[in-house]
Amino acid sequence: MSARTKLSLILLFAPFALWLGVLIIIPHIDMFLVSIREKIGIGQYRIGPANYMAFFTEPLYWNTFMRTALMSIAATLLTFLIGFPVAFYIAKVARGRLKTTLFLMVLLPFWVSELVRTFGWMILLRETGVISHTLQWLGLVHRPVELLYNDGAIMVGLVYTSMLFMVVPLVTTLDSLDDELIEAGYDLGGNGWSVLREIVIPHAMPGIVSGSIVVFMLSLGNYLTPVLMGGKNSLWFTEQIYQQFIVRFNWEQGAAFGFLLLFLSSLIVWLGLKITGQTLRETMG
Amino acid sequence: MIPSIRQPKWLKALYSGYVALFFLYLVAPLVVVAVFAFNDSLFPSPPWQGFTLDWFFGTEEPKLGIFHDDAIMESIWISVFVAFWVTLLSVAVGTTNAFLFEREKFPFKDFFYILMLLPLVIPGIILGISILVFTNTVANWVETAFGFDIEALRPGLVLVILGQFSFIATITTLIIAARLRKFDRTLEEAALNLGATPIVAVFTITIPYLAPAIIGAAIISFLMSFENFNTTLMLVGSDAPLTITMFDRLKEGSTPALNAVSLLLMTSSAVLALIYIAFQKKAPE
Repeated sequence: MSARTKLSLILLFAPFALWLGVLIIIPHIDMFLVSIREKIGIGQYRIGPANYMAFFTEPLYWNTFMRTALMSIAATLLTFLIGFPVAFYIAKVARGRLKTTLFLMVLLPFWVSELVRTFGWMILLRETGVISHTLQWLGLVHRPVELLYNDGAIMVGLVYTSMLFMVVPLVTTLDSLDDELIEAGYDLGGNGWSVLREIVIPHAMPGIVSGSIVVFMLSLGNYLTPVLMGGKNSLWFTEQIYQQFIVRFNWEQGAAFGFLLLFLSSLIVWLGLKITGQTLRETMG
Repeated sequence: MIPSIRQPKWLKALYSGYVALFFLYLVAPLVVVAVFAFNDSLFPSPPWQGFTLDWFFGTEEPKLGIFHDDAIMESIWISVFVAFWVTLLSVAVGTTNAFLFEREKFPFKDFFYILMLLPLVIPGIILGISILVFTNTVANWVETAFGFDIEALRPGLVLVILGQFSFIATITTLIIAARLRKFDRTLEEAALNLGATPIVAVFTITIPYLAPAIIGAAIISFLMSFENFNTTLMLVGSDAPLTITMFDRLKEGSTPALNAVSLLLMTSSAVLALIYIAFQKKAPE
């Protein structure tokens, strides 16, 4: 290696190392160190697992964690079920201009702040909101109905926010599926269902996996939707972390919660990749 | 299924109907946010009380327009300030990262590439708290060792900028690297043969080729910074960017002023999106 190529490598590696080291790796190590210390007096700490034990002994923490995980899985599933037919329509049925327009429309929510999207849903769903008003006007109900502040509302918000991250990878993978393969499936005596199961879904698998991973992560780490649409009893784990850090100023406990959430999120990503035999590189790149 | 396969008419109609319904779901919250910005009422909800521009230009309470609302105007400028620095940092590091991973050979390259992707799979709240914990550790250490307080390391705009930069840099890296990968290196070699030094060759040939990707990455960074909520929430001090101000207002109870800000946000995003699309179309292969 000549001196010049060595120099260019060093110059390019330095910003990378600085960025990743100072902002990602060292902070996470430090957060881990904070999570395993126990307060025994003012300014006095010792190393111990108390913060993690608190998670297992306090049912509220444990329940919130499980609830967040299960609802995120449900949101992922629902996003897939709702998004798949739309992705298929964009990739295989729509042609020319319509196809481009529909695809750009799916991207629309990305350009709008999550806060604005959530606000929009609040205007639609709340007791004095648009849907409640419309139902009364139609005579279907006779007093205002509160559609906000329940788990269903959280679900609507989560699915809405994540939809694009499911549909875009699905459209990309379905686009690469040759129409002739579907026709051949029919020629060989398949029906709509068996062609879907034997040809379309296996082909779309990479898109399904990357879409699901991103949607799951986004739901798990979401804060706005559960807080604003779920009301007082929404019990989302990110809320617990915020509580510990900002409200109670118990950073040790908050750091431990942060790590548990990170662990769960990484575990699911890893499992998803493992089961389908993909790598993070393909999925994200 | 696909158009070349015969399907009963009712099934086709059903499918198209479903897709239409989906797009209604996609635009509904955005439309209501926009429409109620012009409602002459104190609440962003039906019934319609008539058209007004007071929520933009009104000069006194209770209908204080956003252009006269100092708190909102100030937080818009704070957001612009933050987004500017995040964009600058992310594009700079994204460009050097792209060259690092596309051009250089070094040990454990695959491993470092995975590390580079990590910020995308860490929930935003956790990125925020890990940086909060780490900067606090450093600040406390400096304070005990040298006896002075580094204001920049306490929650505030510097931390917000660093927190957003920590994950947006991954996105800019991916965008710029994708274009660098398509670059024909013989162009650079021609410049070298004609007597250019490697640095001159990169700046006169390669960087102009990358320009559409760099501009695209800058637009995406600016937008993601402007819209960011989760990471910002954990790192914010007394100067609140727009999303934080809006969140606080939303919790207190909303007025159509929030719709007006949202509409302003959506319009600016749309303009940025159009610029982005224009640049992507113009990019020569």
